[in-house]
Amino acid sequence: MPMQVPWLIFLLPFLSFLMIGLVLRPFLPRYPRLAGYVTIGAVGISCALSFWVLGAVISSPGHMLPVDDIRWAVVGNLEMHIGVMVDSLTAVMVVVVTFISLMVQIYSQGYMKGDPGYMRYYAFMSLFTACMLGLVLANNILFMFVFWEGVGLGSYLLIGFWFHKPSAANAAKKAFIVTRFGDLGFLAAILILFATTGTFDTGEIYKLVAAGTLTGTTLTWVAIGIFAGACGKSAQFPLHVWLPDAMEGPTPVSALIHAATMVAAGVFLVARFYPIFSHSPEAMLVVAVIGAFTAIFAASIGFVMNDIKRVLAYSTISQLGYMMLGLGVGGVAIGIFHLFNHAFFKALLFLGAGSVNHSSGTFDMRLMGGLRKSMPWTYITFVIGSLSLAGIWPLAGFWSKDEILMNAFSNNPTLFVLALITVFMTAFYMFRAVFMTFHGEYKGGAPSEHGDHDEHPQGPHESPAVMVVPLVILAVMAVCSGWINVTGFFNGLFEGDVEGAVHKIGFLEGFFGTLTHPLPLASLLIALAGIFLAFAIYIKKWISAEKITNAVRPLYTLLSHKYYMDDLYENVIVKTFLYNGLFKLFAMFDTSVVDGTVNGTASAASSAGSALKKLQNGQTQVYAFTIALGVVAIAVVVYLFG
Amino acid sequence: MIMEHIQFIAPEISLLCFALLIVLLDLFITQKRVLPVLSVIGAIVAATFIIVIWNTPPVGLFDKMISIDPFGLFFKLLILAATVLVILASHNYVLKFNKFQGEYYALLMLSAVGLMLLVSAINLITIYVALELSSISLYALVSFLKDKKSSEAGLKYLILGGVASAILLYGMAFIFGLTGNTCLTCIAEYVRGMPFKDLQEVPALMIGLVLIIAGFGFKIASVPFQMWVPDVYEGAPTTITAYLSVASKAAGFGVIARVLMTVFGLPVWLHNDWAMIIAVLAAITMTVGNLVAIVQTNIKRLFGYSSIAQAGYMMVGLAAMGLTMGTKENVTGGLIFFLLSYTLTNLGAFIAIIAISNKINSDEIEDYNGMIKRSPLLALGLTICLISLAGLPPTAGLIAKIYIFSGAVNMGLAWLVVIAVINSVISAYYYFKIAKAMWLGTPVTEEKVDASWPEWLALAACVVGVLALGVVPGLFMNLTTAAVRIFGI
Repeated sequence: MPMQVPWLIFLLPFLSFLMIGLVLRPFLPRYPRLAGYVTIGAVGISCALSFWVLGAVISSPGHMLPVDDIRWAVVGNLEMHIGVMVDSLTAVMVVVVTFISLMVQIYSQGYMKGDPGYMRYYAFMSLFTACMLGLVLANNILFMFVFWEGVGLGSYLLIGFWFHKPSAANAAKKAFIVTRFGDLGFLAAILILFATTGTFDTGEIYKLVAAGTLTGTTLTWVAIGIFAGACGKSAQFPLHVWLPDAMEGPTPVSALIHAATMVAAGVFLVARFYPIFSHSPEAMLVVAVIGAFTAIFAASIGFVMNDIKRVLAYSTISQLGYMMLGLGVGGVAIGIFHLFNHAFFKALLFLGAGSVNHSSGTFDMRLMGGLRKSMPWTYITFVIGSLSLAGIWPLAGFWSKDEILMNAFSNNPTLFVLALITVFMTAFYMFRAVFMTFHGEYKGGAPSEHGDHDEHPQGPHESPAVMVVPLVILAVMAVCSGWINVTGFFNGLFEGDVEGAVHKIGFLEGFFGTLTHPLPLASLLIALAGIFLAFAIYIKKWISAEKITNAVRPLYTLLSHKYYMDDLYENVIVKTFLYNGLFKLFAMFDTSVVDGTVNGTASAASSAGSALKKLQNGQTQVYAFTIALGVVAIAVVVYLFG
Repeated sequence: MIMEHIQFIAPEISLLCFALLIVLLDLFITQKRVLPVLSVIGAIVAATFIIVIWNTPPVGLFDKMISIDPFGLFFKLLILAATVLVILASHNYVLKFNKFQGEYYALLMLSAVGLMLLVSAINLITIYVALELSSISLYALVSFLKDKKSSEAGLKYLILGGVASAILLYGMAFIFGLTGNTCLTCIAEYVRGMPFKDLQEVPALMIGLVLIIAGFGFKIASVPFQMWVPDVYEGAPTTITAYLSVASKAAGFGVIARVLMTVFGLPVWLHNDWAMIIAVLAAITMTVGNLVAIVQTNIKRLFGYSSIAQAGYMMVGLAAMGLTMGTKENVTGGLIFFLLSYTLTNLGAFIAIIAISNKINSDEIEDYNGMIKRSPLLALGLTICLISLAGLPPTAGLIAKIYIFSGAVNMGLAWLVVIAVINSVISAYYYFKIAKAMWLGTPVTEEKVDASWPEWLALAACVVGVLALGVVPGLFMNLTTAAVRIFGI
C-alpha cells in the first residue's frame, strides 16, 4: 500500500471543505447540489481507501503499518514531526468514520433538500469528518488535541446549524462549553506527559510506559486527565448534559455525532492511550465505574422521554457508558468492538428518526403512531436497529454487549449487575419508542423542522430513495457487523494476533455455541423481557402506563427532569455563580476600575476640554495610583519571599 | 574613532534624515502622495544599512553607549518592517487629515528611530533618552485625530507614560548609586562581584530591579502597569494603535530582555529572583487580559486586551530566558520568535481592521457580521491572523507558542505553562467570536468593502509571513537563536 493512502483519507474531506468554502460557495452559489456531490465523492473515496488500509493492516505483521513521518520543524530542543499512525485501532476507526459519514452524506441529500444553508451544511460536514479522521490518524498527541478541538468546533457549527433558532444556538454553545471542561483535563494530561517525557509522540509514549519510565501517581493523573477529556466528548456523567440538547442540529448531524464522530472521539482517545490506562489500576477502575454508572443513569432517563431523538440521545450516552465499561474491564478490542457495532445501528436509528420526522414533521412520539403502514422501509430498518441495540441474538449489538458483560462479570460483579439491569432498560425504552412511533393510530404529526414543506403531500409517506437506501445498507450492517468477532477475529486484530490463533473457533460453532452458555442466554432473556414489557404496556395495554406513572410520581418527576442535572448546571452554577458572580465582576472591572469606554458620552463639551474633565474624574489618577501600588506590592512580595 | 563607527548608526541617521526631509517637503509640495513613498524609501534605506552591517561581530560604540549585535539588529529590522507595514496601511487613513500629513509620517519615523536606538542601547542614559524620543513622538501620534477620544487617549498616555518614565529613572538612579556606573556591562561586573547570596541583603539592588521592571512593564503592558492600554488603543488612530501594539511592544521586550539578561543575569540567585517576578506577572497578565477581553464588544478595545494577554505569553519566554543563564542549556529564542510571529499576526489583523473600518466607520464587532460576503479576502486575511493569535495550525502562532512553552517547561516552569495553555484555550473564544461574526453573521448591508492597493500589499505580506512561519518555521529559527546567542556565557 502506498504511503500516501492514509494521508489521503484525511486530506480528501478536508479539501472538500476548502473547495466548498472557498470555491463553490462564493462563486457557484446557484448550484448548491454540487457541494453534496463533492462531499460524497471525497468521503466515498476516503471510505474506499479506508477499507484498503484495513485490509493492509489485517494482512501485515503485528497489524501495524509503518508510515514515515514528515519532519516539520525543530523548535528549541524539540523536534516536531507530522505523521500518521496506522494500527488496527486506526484502521477500524477510519472505516467506521468514513462509512457512517458516507451514508449520512448520501441521506442528507434528501433530508436537507431545499434548505438555504445546503452548501454551508456540506462544508461543515466535510470539516467535521476531516477533523475526526485527523484525530484518529495523528501519531502525535499535540495534533490529536488540535483535531480534537476541531471536532468540537465542527459539532458547534453543526449543532447550531439553524442558528436562527435560539434553542439550536444555545445547544451548540452548551455542547462547546461543557466539552471544554473535559478538555481542560486532556490539556493538563498532555502537559504533564510532555513535562515528564519530553515528547508528544504517541509511539514514544507507548515505549516509555512499557519501559516503566512513566509510572505511579503521574501515570494515574495523566490517565485521569485523558479520561476527563473523553468524558466531555463522549458525554459521560457528569458531563453528559450537552448531548441530548445537541439534537437541535439537523438529524443527519445527530446521526454522525452519535455514531461515528464526536462521541466516538472520547472512546477512541481512551483506546488510543490504553497502554497508559492499563498500567494504572486506579484509572481503569474510574473508567469502568463512570462507564457503568453512566450506562444505567442515562438509560433510566430514556424511560420517560417523549421525543424520539431524546430517547436515542440518552441511549447513546448509555451505550457510550457501556463502551467505557468495556474498556475499563476488558480491553481495547472489547470497547472498540461495541463502538464499531453501535456506530451502525445508532446511525441507522437516527436516520430512521429523521425519516420519520421528514414524513410526520415531529419528533414527539405522542404525535406519531401507526407509521409502519405508510413507511414500511423505515419501520423495518428501525426495528432491526432497535433489536440490535437491545442486544438480540444474532444481531450486531448482541455480540459486543455480550463480551462487555462477560468481562464485567469476571472483573467486578457490582458493575456487572448494573450492566445487566441496563440491558433490560435498554430493551424496554427502545421498544417503547418503536411501539409509540410505528404502531397504533396515527396522531397527526406537526410541520417539518426544515426546508420545503410545500413539496410534501399531506399525511405520512415513505421517504425518497436517497434516504431509504442508506437505511437499508445500515440495517444490513446492524445485523451482520457483530459477526466479525464470532470467531474471535476482531479481538485478534487488536491483540496483535497475526495468524494461527486468530480462528480460535469455527464460525458456526461460535455463532450458535454462544447460546449454550448461561451468561449470553441470561442477558438475551432479560432483553426479551424488556421488549415484552414494552409490548404489554404499549400494544396490549395490559398495564396502563399512566397508572405506573402515577404510582411512582416522584420518581417520574425526577427522571423527566433528568435528575435536575441541567437545572443545577444552568441555574446554580452558570447563572448564579458565573453570570451574576464572575462575569459581572469582569464587566465591572472594565467599566468601573478601568475607564470602560472612551466614548466621551460622559461629557457634553467637545474638544480637548472634555478630556481634561475626564482626567479630573479621577481615572488617570486611579491608573497612576495602580502603577505605584503595583510597584510597592511587587517590592513587598520580593522582599518577603524573594 | 567616531567617524569610523558612524556606519554602524547609519540606519538611524538615514531614517532621521528622511524624517526631516519629509517635514521640509511637506511645506512645499502639494502632491502629498509623495510623502508615504518617501518614508517607505527611508525605511528601506535604513534596512539596507542594517543588512550591510549584519555580519559584523558584536561591538560597543561611543564609549559603550550603543552596541551593534545580532540581537539589536534583529529588533531593528523588526521595527522597520512594522514601520513600513504601518505606513502602507496608513495610506488611506491619513487622507482623513487635511493638515499635518507630513508630520504624521515624520513622527512615525522618529519614533522608529527612538525604538531602534532603544534596542541597541547598552547604557542607562542612552536607554532613557531613546525611550523618551520614541515616547514623545508616540504621545503626539496618539492624539493625532484631535477629536475627543484621541485627545483624551493622548493625554492619558502622556501622563501615565511620564509616571512610568519617572519610575524607571528612579530605578536607574538606585542602580547607579549602588554601582557607580551607567554602562550595562560595568554594572553587571559589579553585581557579579557582590558578596551576597540573597536579594534581601541588598535592598538598593532590589528596589532598583523592581522599579526598572515596573518602568519597562508599562511599555510592554504587563499587569499592573497595563491600564492605559485599552483606553489608548481605542482612542488612538487605528494605524497608531497597530504600531503601538507591535513595534513599541517589541522594542520594550528587546530592552527589558537586554537589561535583565546583561545586568541581572548572574549570579544565579539574582536571575532566579527576577525570573520568578516575571513569571508571576506573566500568569496574572495573561489571565487578566484574556478574561476581560471576553466581554469586549469594540474590536480595538478587544485587541487592546488581547495584546495584554499576548504580552503575558511573551513574559513566559522572558522568564525562561532568565532561567537559562548559567545553565548548560542554550538561551531559548522563544521570545524572539514569538515577537516576530506576533508582530506579523497582529499587524495583519490591524491592517484588515483599518481597511474595514475605513469603509464602515465602526469598530463594533457586530458590524463585522457577514464580512465574508462583503469582502471575502479581507475577512479571510483577518481570520488567518485570528487563528494565529489563538495559536492554532498551520500558522505562526502555534509554533511560537510551542517554542515558548516548551522552553519554559524545560526550565521547570511547567506550572506557568499550564496556566498559559488554559489561557490560550480561553482566548480562542473571543478570537473566534470575531471570526464567527464575519463568517456566519448576517450582513447589515450588501455593500462591498474594499481596500487600497498598499493595504492589500501590507495585508498580503503579513498573511504570507504568518503562514510561512507556521509551515516552514525552520527557516526563521536560526535567525532567532543567533539573536539571543549574545546572552550566552
